[in-house]
Amino acid sequence: MQQESREILNIEDLRVRFETEDGIVYAVNGVSLKLGYHRTLGLVGETGAGKTTTALAMLRLVPDPPGVVECKRLEIGGQDVRGMSVSKLEQVRGNEISMIFQDPMTALNPVFTVGEQIAESIEIHEHLGKAEALEKAGDMLEMVGIPRQRANEYPHQFSGGMKQRVVIAIALACNPKLLIADEPTTALDVTIQAQVLELMNELKEKYNTSMIMITHDLGIVAEVCDEVAVMYAGKIVEQGSLEEVFGKTLHPYTEGLFNSLPNIKNRTAKLKPIHGLMPDPTKIPQGCAFAPRCNYATEECRKVCPALKNMGGTHCVACSAYDRDPDFLIERRKKNG
Amino acid sequence: MKETKTETRASKIYKKRSTLEMAWRQLRRNKGAIIGLILLVIIIIAALIAPLLFDYNTDVVGMNVKERMKWPSGAHICGTDELGRDIFTRIIYGARYSLAVGLVAVLIALIVGVLLGSAAGYIGGVFENVVMRICDIFSSIPSVLMAIAVVSALGKSTINLMIAVGIASTAPFVRVARAAVLVVRDEEYVEAARAIGQPDWKIVMVHILPNCVSQIIVQATLRVGSAIISAAQLSFLGLGVPAPAPEWGSMLASGRLYIRDYSYMTLFPGIAIMITVLSLNLLGDGLRDALDPKLKR
Amino acid sequence: MYKYIIKRLLMLIPVLLGVAFVIFAIMNVAEGDPVYQVAGPDATQEQLEALRVEMGLNGSLLQRYFRYIGKLLQGDLGVSYISKMDVMKLYLQRLPNTLRLASLAMLVAVVISVPLGIVAAVNQNTWKDTLAMILALIGLSMPNFWLGLLLMLLFALKLGWFPSGGAEGFASVILPAVTVGVGLAALLTRTTRSSMLDVLRQDYLRTARAKGVSERKVIYHHALRNALIPIITIFGVQFSNVLGGSVLAETVFAWPGVGRLVVDAIDQRDIPTVTGALIMTTMLVTIVNLVVDIVYAYVDPRIKAQYTK
Repeated sequence: MQQESREILNIEDLRVRFETEDGIVYAVNGVSLKLGYHRTLGLVGETGAGKTTTALAMLRLVPDPPGVVECKRLEIGGQDVRGMSVSKLEQVRGNEISMIFQDPMTALNPVFTVGEQIAESIEIHEHLGKAEALEKAGDMLEMVGIPRQRANEYPHQFSGGMKQRVVIAIALACNPKLLIADEPTTALDVTIQAQVLELMNELKEKYNTSMIMITHDLGIVAEVCDEVAVMYAGKIVEQGSLEEVFGKTLHPYTEGLFNSLPNIKNRTAKLKPIHGLMPDPTKIPQGCAFAPRCNYATEECRKVCPALKNMGGTHCVACSAYDRDPDFLIERRKKNG
Repeated sequence: MKETKTETRASKIYKKRSTLEMAWRQLRRNKGAIIGLILLVIIIIAALIAPLLFDYNTDVVGMNVKERMKWPSGAHICGTDELGRDIFTRIIYGARYSLAVGLVAVLIALIVGVLLGSAAGYIGGVFENVVMRICDIFSSIPSVLMAIAVVSALGKSTINLMIAVGIASTAPFVRVARAAVLVVRDEEYVEAARAIGQPDWKIVMVHILPNCVSQIIVQATLRVGSAIISAAQLSFLGLGVPAPAPEWGSMLASGRLYIRDYSYMTLFPGIAIMITVLSLNLLGDGLRDALDPKLKR
Repeated sequence: MYKYIIKRLLMLIPVLLGVAFVIFAIMNVAEGDPVYQVAGPDATQEQLEALRVEMGLNGSLLQRYFRYIGKLLQGDLGVSYISKMDVMKLYLQRLPNTLRLASLAMLVAVVISVPLGIVAAVNQNTWKDTLAMILALIGLSMPNFWLGLLLMLLFALKLGWFPSGGAEGFASVILPAVTVGVGLAALLTRTTRSSMLDVLRQDYLRTARAKGVSERKVIYHHALRNALIPIITIFGVQFSNVLGGSVLAETVFAWPGVGRLVVDAIDQRDIPTVTGALIMTTMLVTIVNLVVDIVYAYVDPRIKAQYTK
């Protein structure tokens, strides 16, 4: 509630592991992020990179028995979330920081009406009575493009796209300062995807909300985000503004991601996937996790894990190639200049 | 025939594990199920060797008025009953009756139920509807009352008890069998079998039934437990195995008459029933977890 | 919604007729011709024939069945061979006692099992869970009449807190109700636990937590409301077993209910009473099942929507 901090989000060295019967899963291995007010960050990576876990950790939603969360700092709007009491945390969730999840089909409780589920958030955080909260819930529905009479209907009566709109309505009902959207459009049809993204952009502008958009779709990042962070095997390998990361790509993995996009101008060109697979999270290699799949890797890469290094402006990369050779350029840069 | 080293290693790694083997491995890890299995084996062995240890006429039903109503002691670990018979001996011997009734009743229920259920599922149409309605009717009659009705109609005897409990237990098997058949009925390989002229009954036996074997095994194991309790209930009510047979339920009935001053008589037969049914439930639960591919804890 | 209810009520009729037929058929397989029992050893053939007509025992099975149904629809279940009392009257006299017993038993069961099941599910794989499951398993494996005897031994005979039989006063229903209730509680605990475990895995609980809903409310409001749905179904089916269980409990505690009526009648070969009581009881179970189905349709909005279209 104090706006003294310069950032809405400040995470330092976040590590999350899951201790299971079949071994320890190292999901997040040292992630640091800062996000300013009214900015949108795109958190990019393949499935299994640790993006969702990072997001859950921000709200302390990582399931506790198997999950162990460690970090040096976790602040939201200047408040220390790490040491916060549970009751204070419940006040922050849904109020200062909201999260929407990937699958709208399972995100809503089937036995409560849509209006009730939106109103609940308002009742808890704005301390309004049930009737007033339902009234405001109706407003939220209108805002996401659903007629307010439908507030008395149940989730199963809505399509996937509309369910996701309801989820957005719930998330934004109390005007949070930060919205974390975990692949909000992945489960939707492409045309609906566009609608939902547009809606999110509108609301983001209207409410001045900061946003973290988790996605594996670079197209969405280009449309919506100001900043980008690329994750691989639980670490951030490249980070910077949209122009920096897209225009002056530094990390071989990011290059691989761009290369795997089908070229609409050249329909007959062969797809260029990144060969190999992300490492087994129970067996994170000692050196750079991307080395086995990297076209530029050297022996040294496999031994030492590179740290994030600033390469100008806000642009950072974790690749030892830049330590060895300051003029190192990846193929993509060579072409783009 | 010497296989090369790599071949043997490969065959060991990729050895096709039959469902039974995988189920057994899963079962072994379930401590409760193992305890249940061991207990059950002990009880079965006791039941089988009982006639070798005791003589029916003298030890089990022979009256010994001098020894009547004795509290548990070194000579009689569970005490003696109102006719001077050693209760421990009668309990061991009684295992034969409980297990026999339980097994036979469930066997009857299984055979009749699976036949009807798979026929209903396979043939479909009016036949299926009629069978399922009849099944519903039988299910809506409380099973104790159903068994009571059958016994009162047929008369009191061990065989009639088996039939009565069997009839009362049939409905679940009909349902399980029908459900299993419905799942598989429209698969392509069934159509293929029909296309090459295989007779219907063969299709059902060879292609369809093996799929529901695991569910039937689980149901059967659990049902034997409830059948044993049903048998005990009926014997308690005087409608089961006729005296002087040492059925655990009847023993509790006589114990009840003397409950005020000779409470030990109501203790031990009940413990016997509980342990037997417990072992079956433990085993049945374990089997269900082991054989159900979806239940991965 | 009303269309659904009416449809179910109509479907009830063939089921009830079927039930009556099954029981009627079973009871009429009984050995011995009751006329001898009633008339005595000196009766002549004509007298026996006349008695047969009077008792409605002439004609084929189907003829007798339809005659019986005809009378049943008028509320006439015949007359007891032994006491010569009207069977319907006897039954209705005893029924309230059994219903009292059964409903208290179900209440006891729910009050024990639902909290226990929730605790087991929320603390899965801890000692609380294991203990709850062991207790449930023991409860399932114990013959209910044995539990009744033990309860009677401890609480009535040794401690004297409750009467050991009869229906005098409120205290007398406690022990029989617990006897019947424990078995159901054991089953419901397991059902509640597995239903809760299923619900606890669901994504919408994560949404609720992300909204800032307190953990307590997440479990008891968001999760439980969903978990209760399958529990209600099981509950309805179990009414049949509860009535079966009360037969035993009524015998152990000399409770003047319908179950005891049946058992005594069987001992005395009083066929009209047995037949009448069994048919009435089964009809009761069927109707209760129908009510539960309707309640279920109301409680689960997805089903409700199906039937309101």
